[in-house]
Amino acid sequence: MEKNIVLFMKNISKEFPGVRALSHVDFKLRKGEIHALMGENGAGKSTLIKVLTGVYEFESGDIHMDGCKEKIINHSPQDAQKNGISTVYQEVNLCPNLTVAENLFIGREPRKYGMIDWKTMNKKSEELLKDLDIDVSPMRMLEECSLAIQQMIAIARAVDMKCKVLILDEPTSSLDEEEVGKLFVLMRRLKSEGVGIIFVTHFLEQVYEVCDRITVLRNGELVGEFEVSKLPRVMLVAKMMGKDFDDLADIKSDRKIKQQAVEPVIEAEGVSHRGTIKPFDFTINKGEVVGLTGLLGSGRSELVRAIYGADKAETGTVKVLGKEVKINTPLDAMKAGMAYLPEDRKRDGILSDLSVRENIIIAMQAKRGLFKPMSRKEMEEAADQFIDILQIKTASRETPIKSLSGGNQQKVIIGRWLLTNPQYLILDEPTRGIDIGTKTEIQKLVLKLADEGKAVTFISSEVEEMLRTCSRMAVLRDGKKVGEITGEDLTQEKIMETIAGGDRADE
Amino acid sequence: MNKQVEKTKFDMRKATGHQLFMPIICLIVVLLINVLETPDFFKISMNNGVLYGYLVDVVNRASELVIVAIGMTLVTAASGGQDISVGATMAVAGAVCCQILSGGQVTTNEFMNPMWIAIIVAIVCAAFCGAFNGFLVARLNIQPMVATLILFTAGRGIAQLVTKGQITYVRVETYKVMGGYIGSCPIPTPIFFAIAAVIIVYLVLKKTALGLYIESVGINGSASRLVGLNSSMIKFLTYVICGILAGVAGIVASSRIYSADANNIGLNLEMDAILAVALGGNLLSGGKFSLMGSVIGAYTIQALTTTLYAMNVSADQLPVYKAIVVIFIVVLQSPVFKKYVKGLKIKRQTAKSQAVEGGN
Amino acid sequence: MEKIKTKNKLGSNTFLLMITIVLFAVMYIAGMIIFNDSGFAKPQMFLNLFISNAGLIVIACGMTIVMITGGIDISVGSVTALVCMSAAYAMEEKGMSAWAAVGISLIIGILFGMVQGYLVTYLEIQPFIVTLAGMFFGRGLTAVISTNMIAVKNELFLKWANYKIYLPFGTVNKKGVFIPAYIYPTVIIALVVVVAVTIMLKYSKFGRKLYAIGGNQQSAIMMGLNVKRTKMQAYVLNGFLAGLGGFLFCLNSCAGFVEQAKGLEMDAISSAVIGGTLLSGGVGTVVGTLFGVLIKGTISSLITTQGTLSSWWVRITLSALLCFFIVLQALIASTKKKNQVK
Repeated sequence: MEKNIVLFMKNISKEFPGVRALSHVDFKLRKGEIHALMGENGAGKSTLIKVLTGVYEFESGDIHMDGCKEKIINHSPQDAQKNGISTVYQEVNLCPNLTVAENLFIGREPRKYGMIDWKTMNKKSEELLKDLDIDVSPMRMLEECSLAIQQMIAIARAVDMKCKVLILDEPTSSLDEEEVGKLFVLMRRLKSEGVGIIFVTHFLEQVYEVCDRITVLRNGELVGEFEVSKLPRVMLVAKMMGKDFDDLADIKSDRKIKQQAVEPVIEAEGVSHRGTIKPFDFTINKGEVVGLTGLLGSGRSELVRAIYGADKAETGTVKVLGKEVKINTPLDAMKAGMAYLPEDRKRDGILSDLSVRENIIIAMQAKRGLFKPMSRKEMEEAADQFIDILQIKTASRETPIKSLSGGNQQKVIIGRWLLTNPQYLILDEPTRGIDIGTKTEIQKLVLKLADEGKAVTFISSEVEEMLRTCSRMAVLRDGKKVGEITGEDLTQEKIMETIAGGDRADE
Repeated sequence: MNKQVEKTKFDMRKATGHQLFMPIICLIVVLLINVLETPDFFKISMNNGVLYGYLVDVVNRASELVIVAIGMTLVTAASGGQDISVGATMAVAGAVCCQILSGGQVTTNEFMNPMWIAIIVAIVCAAFCGAFNGFLVARLNIQPMVATLILFTAGRGIAQLVTKGQITYVRVETYKVMGGYIGSCPIPTPIFFAIAAVIIVYLVLKKTALGLYIESVGINGSASRLVGLNSSMIKFLTYVICGILAGVAGIVASSRIYSADANNIGLNLEMDAILAVALGGNLLSGGKFSLMGSVIGAYTIQALTTTLYAMNVSADQLPVYKAIVVIFIVVLQSPVFKKYVKGLKIKRQTAKSQAVEGGN
Repeated sequence: MEKIKTKNKLGSNTFLLMITIVLFAVMYIAGMIIFNDSGFAKPQMFLNLFISNAGLIVIACGMTIVMITGGIDISVGSVTALVCMSAAYAMEEKGMSAWAAVGISLIIGILFGMVQGYLVTYLEIQPFIVTLAGMFFGRGLTAVISTNMIAVKNELFLKWANYKIYLPFGTVNKKGVFIPAYIYPTVIIALVVVVAVTIMLKYSKFGRKLYAIGGNQQSAIMMGLNVKRTKMQAYVLNGFLAGLGGFLFCLNSCAGFVEQAKGLEMDAISSAVIGGTLLSGGVGTVVGTLFGVLIKGTISSLITTQGTLSSWWVRITLSALLCFFIVLQALIASTKKKNQVK
């Protein structure tokens, strides 16, 4: 084993039923380094973390820690903690109703005559917080602290428990710039004390600001470990998105762009949602497929949710076919001719216990209203029609949707929306987690719908897929629209540059 | 191999998976016990121009429970919680109805106000109770059981308040009809009420999209919102409907005893109703529901009650047995228990498949 | 440092508790002014609040513990009835000693706590359903023991029940004779429980774990606390206190009957909620609960003293009060959520 290595994961493989989540992944963490773990959705970052912290068991591979001769296997987060591995999650895992000091010491409170010694606890906490430059009184209730402070308290707890490896799982997603700055100061400090930090994030800037090394995963496989200084941003994006940068120039799809009369379907002006997206303008024309891209967390989903009324927009106006429409709830958007396929199929899409038929007609039914129920015959015809058109593989139209495969579930949801005959379709990650065959079908379907004159917004983590389908792409970064790319410029190279941002000027 | 497993799984589901399978089995078991206990259980005779017999008694006595259980089913399906104030709501409706009929007197031999007014006002009051619960649950997002706990305890007090603490008697034959017999019809009227309630609710669910909406909201509130459903409105509606049905049941119950007994109308019925819903194969955590299941469940419970009476169990002691049944059912429904059973099954299956592989 | 401390005190939870204390003071003072002639201002009247609610205080303490973990127990009223009936039955029909009756009471409480706790914690069934069944079970079992009222005539028991502890203060009656105020031993037991539970909640690992679980169960697990065992212990402790409270209740009523303590669960829950315990868990103190009980007691003595209002007004007022506090909690929770987004 190399010196200075505090954690070494070798040849880790993990399989979920039907999916290989990790295959032969290696990961090395050195003493006093901040190591970014990067990858898009489904790359396996969180699986790797969970394997390390004992949330998941893994099939093969070894984990070695500095100071332990034997390989270690953690069976639970508590085990991991005992071995010196602490994790701080994006959703702070502390108790809001307790004081800062208690959150630092719960489960290991200092005691005197068998009773908790609050005085000592507060004093110790104060010392610890002061030591780490966290500006908060130990007697404060946690819920009164800002998220950044909560985050740091969680880190302080981990540090005080003598961790050698600190995992920060997307800690900055809900912090503002100043707070992020404070967090980085703390991270650098810990680094100088020799703690190895694994930093999971999707903000490129932050990676380049604090990290020493980057490990990139894609589709459960290791792409490689790189030194930050030697990996330009564009290269990093390329590694994450799955194309070697050198090849990019050659791939230019020979898609025909049908030029239609420009007739805007949706015009959004100054729409914003507090905390997620800054005001943006967005126009989409008839027969157009517009891609929204940007890394996870860039605001691509939040943007469409604001247009659709899933999260009520706080500012701005939305015009549909030139007429201004007030959208307060999804139903308003549906009545204006919109349809929205949500990103998280399981959580926001399927009605798991209901049949395929009911899942297909539910949106149409909601649009028609309570007192105009569809007759059984109408429902069956509609269901059969879309089972047929979309080639949904199901035992019957009465099969509960939960027993269908992911791809077929997604087709049912698409059918649900096509039935409402929308003018504008929002597809957020329609191809995530489904097989290649279905993916292609869905891509073809998107193009077909555009040919029929519908406007489509397509969101995907895979640039290639977007290139194949979109005629225009808008790029988001940190909740802001940073560019729109059309025509000749629509290449992977250009898109990745825009996503990565900043780097271009340096070259 | 894989296919084979899938096939056996499918067959099993087909056999036992029908939602009404368990309820019907339960009903049959209870009826069988009844027959063993009282051999002339199924005997129906005519006595004084009316039908007479254990079975008639069961069906008759179950009427209020059936009506309330329907409401409970809807509430459970939409909000994943139960309304424990139905018994109290019944008492309120009964009290309001009798008090209006008696014109404020303790006892009356003639109507002081028209009966239809009394009934409508009583049902409106019950609907209001439901709306109160619905508001707390749907708008303020309070757990259903906590929200309904308020009326559960206050309801009977309110009913007492309405009747001024007395038992109001309405000794008018027309009022007794609802809990007795219509003219020379040999079948007890409550049975008609129960049937009518089932049919009306069934039609409302099928002739509007309400049934589908309720299931959607109960299964996945967030997805329902995204397809344009107003989740809180739908939840609210189910509580109002539940209140109205409890009101109807309350009037029937008070007509049976031609009086408003605030302490005893609908006593312990909330437990029976929840039990009926659970026995009907409905998940107490909400989602898909079967109205017929709950109806069968309600009759099963009444049959069980009759059995226990026949076994010399007093009314006060009945809850012991019902509580045990409830716990039994919720344990069977609990995900942890299901997971445990599944774990056992998988173990057995893998053992089997290993054996097969070994053989090959 | 002091500054921060005072700032802390103004949190929304303290705010709820303050409302409760003020409410109690206002109610009691109003009672003193309106019903001065019926002796509302006498110290004995105040002590009577404790005497008649000693059992409830103990039971509400148990309820608070369970509610802090985010659970609830609506079986306590039935457990009380069962305890009273069993104790009365044991002493009167079986000729057991009063000490044996104490033992039986506590065992019944603990058994209820264990079974319900197991179903809630390990089988993850909603506490409401479990304890609702427990409520009907307990009441039914009471009827199985006896459907008639059993009055307790056991000498030792009656000695306990009627043992007055005189206090060094009191009132002087019209003839100028000093009448000392008194309490019963039940009050002392209840107050000891309040103090013990307060210390436990504040100064024991177990107590803090309860708060942590109620605050965020997931976090508690991630921080390495043994959530299941702690919750189970909370239910068992609650059962024990229900048994003890039931026995104190019995000392007050000296009888066991089926309809006894009906609605007591509601009194306990509303006392806890009025006293600032959050239904969602994680927040609550037994001192607050004590005030909740006192408010309930004040309402009922106000209504009894008034004379023309019937007893069901107690329940209605209490429900209205509970409703008010629940809505208040819901509103506070929703504003908190909004602030979090900001």
